[in-house]
Amino acid sequence: MPIIEVEDLTKTYRVFQKRDGLMGALRGLYRREYKEVKAVDRIGFSIEPGEMVAFLGPNGAGKTTTLKMLSGLVYPTSGDARVLGYTPWRREDAFRRQFALVMGQKNQLWWDLPAGDSFQLHREIYSIPKEEFDRTLGELVELLGVQKLTRQAVRELSLGERMKMELIAALLHGPKLLLLDEPTIGLDVVAQAAIQKCLRDYHESRGVTMLLTSHYMRDVEALCDRVIVITQGRLVYDGPLAGIIERFGESKLVRLQFEEPAPEGLERFGEVVRREGPFADVRIERARVAETLGALLNQHALADVSVEDPPLEEVIAKVFEEARLAHDAA
Amino acid sequence: MTPPDATTAPLPRPLPPIQPEAPGPAPPRPALLPSMVKYARIFRVALIERMTYRSDFLLGTILRFLPIVTTILLWRAIYEGSGQTELGGFNYREMIAYLLLTNISRMFSSMPGLAGGVAREVREGTLKRYLIQPLDLIGYLLSSRVAHKVAYITMSFVPYAVLFYLCRGYFDGFPDPLTLLAYAVSLILAFMVGFYFEVSVGMVGFWFLEVTSLLYIVMTLNFFISGHMLPLDLLPQPWAGILKVLPFQYMAYFPAVVFQGKIRGTELLLHLGLELFWAVAFLVLARTLYRAGLRRYSAYGG
Repeated sequence: MPIIEVEDLTKTYRVFQKRDGLMGALRGLYRREYKEVKAVDRIGFSIEPGEMVAFLGPNGAGKTTTLKMLSGLVYPTSGDARVLGYTPWRREDAFRRQFALVMGQKNQLWWDLPAGDSFQLHREIYSIPKEEFDRTLGELVELLGVQKLTRQAVRELSLGERMKMELIAALLHGPKLLLLDEPTIGLDVVAQAAIQKCLRDYHESRGVTMLLTSHYMRDVEALCDRVIVITQGRLVYDGPLAGIIERFGESKLVRLQFEEPAPEGLERFGEVVRREGPFADVRIERARVAETLGALLNQHALADVSVEDPPLEEVIAKVFEEARLAHDAA
Repeated sequence: MTPPDATTAPLPRPLPPIQPEAPGPAPPRPALLPSMVKYARIFRVALIERMTYRSDFLLGTILRFLPIVTTILLWRAIYEGSGQTELGGFNYREMIAYLLLTNISRMFSSMPGLAGGVAREVREGTLKRYLIQPLDLIGYLLSSRVAHKVAYITMSFVPYAVLFYLCRGYFDGFPDPLTLLAYAVSLILAFMVGFYFEVSVGMVGFWFLEVTSLLYIVMTLNFFISGHMLPLDLLPQPWAGILKVLPFQYMAYFPAVVFQGKIRGTELLLHLGLELFWAVAFLVLARTLYRAGLRRYSAYGG
């Protein structure tokens, strides 16, 4: 049975349209004009237990709204969702005990308390047996290397430390589903890597299902095999991470190192991204890579060659851009 | 920081976790008990947290006593100026005793930061935690407030004892045990009325973004209409009558006059009943507003 099943899920917000100027403001007092904004537009997908899925999309695409619906914070306008067998917005306790939502931009820990006290509160809130609590907490604290920080008030922690604490709090009750909204936003590379490692280890040991949004492709590459892309509230791609590169990454980056200074005229093969001394990077259409390499080897002495997929960021940016154009045209 | 609750509806028993590799399944607990235990424990955690601020408490309590000196001097001047021995049925000594007693009433019924705190949780979105976690907002607030009050009352017991000892001249000894019992009940109900009233006010935060001025008006008005400033009997009719029908008198006036033995017998029982009624009425109001607020919150984006 899938752990998340979403069908035709739609969320429409009514946004108050403010008129310009004083007269406009006065008119707005007795007659308000609203604009309907479709934040999420008939999306559907299902996630099996143990999957790690990235939920991608530009800002305002509807990712957070979807996560809010899946965690029961927001009612949908229409459509249906079953999460862990429950309708999330009914907010049954049995449902709420089995998942956790971590929002990188919002804190859920008690700001003035040391994180350790918040953890104790979580133990009470979720009625976690003491031995299980101690064991899980010990593991997580060690995994994230925050042994010395649990007695410090949360507001005194750095962003990265705070995020680690948030993650610990979210995992203490052993959720079967973890919803993460930009868990690494604003973190430095080291903290990002620590969070990723924790999530990966936890996934391996507990088989937890994860759905995460992130703007950092590093997170996605490190954690997820499957990607769901939405733009303007619409689902535009759902499939393996590798598939998205194949489908949208039309070119590859060929990095050449010549025996002599890189020659002129590489433009005839593709876009020259870099040319410096013996080095040259050329973006070449996927279908023509083999043929181009043959031609290059015939004409030049090459010291080294590598062929790379374009960075995921670029591919994703392209997916977003195409979807936007298609939407605008429609 | 705010904590738990005894009056929450019993939460449904959670399903046992189906975590495959969690060794040693937790012994199943009976249905109603664990949810009570949960809020009781939250209360404990909050109490410990509160106790860490005891030096604040002590200083705060002492500072609170300073205005009492001015109050005594002011009312002495009023009585001397009026040339009467009784005002609204209170002689000078009774008046000072009454004003001291309203401090005790307010110790139970005042809820600093409660309404504002609720409104802030809504505005800043920290309310989410009560929607995502198996935790009831009002239950949580009640637990933490009880913890806060227990800590506060314990800490201020000695300073208050000293104060009342110094002011013993204004009192005619202790009331009889039955009156004392009624007084205790009236104080506990004063807490309930004050708590649910403030929670109800805080729920306004679901509909209005900015509530500080509203809160200011409500609190200032409450100082007067609860009888904290002066006994309601001093007001001309029909005001005194109207204010005695409203629930606010139970937050200051009523417990004080119970202690002074000014209300007795059937009238006392009737008012205790009414006080209970208002506590329940505000409870229902707070719950209803919370439900309606959540519906709106969940529809408009959380």
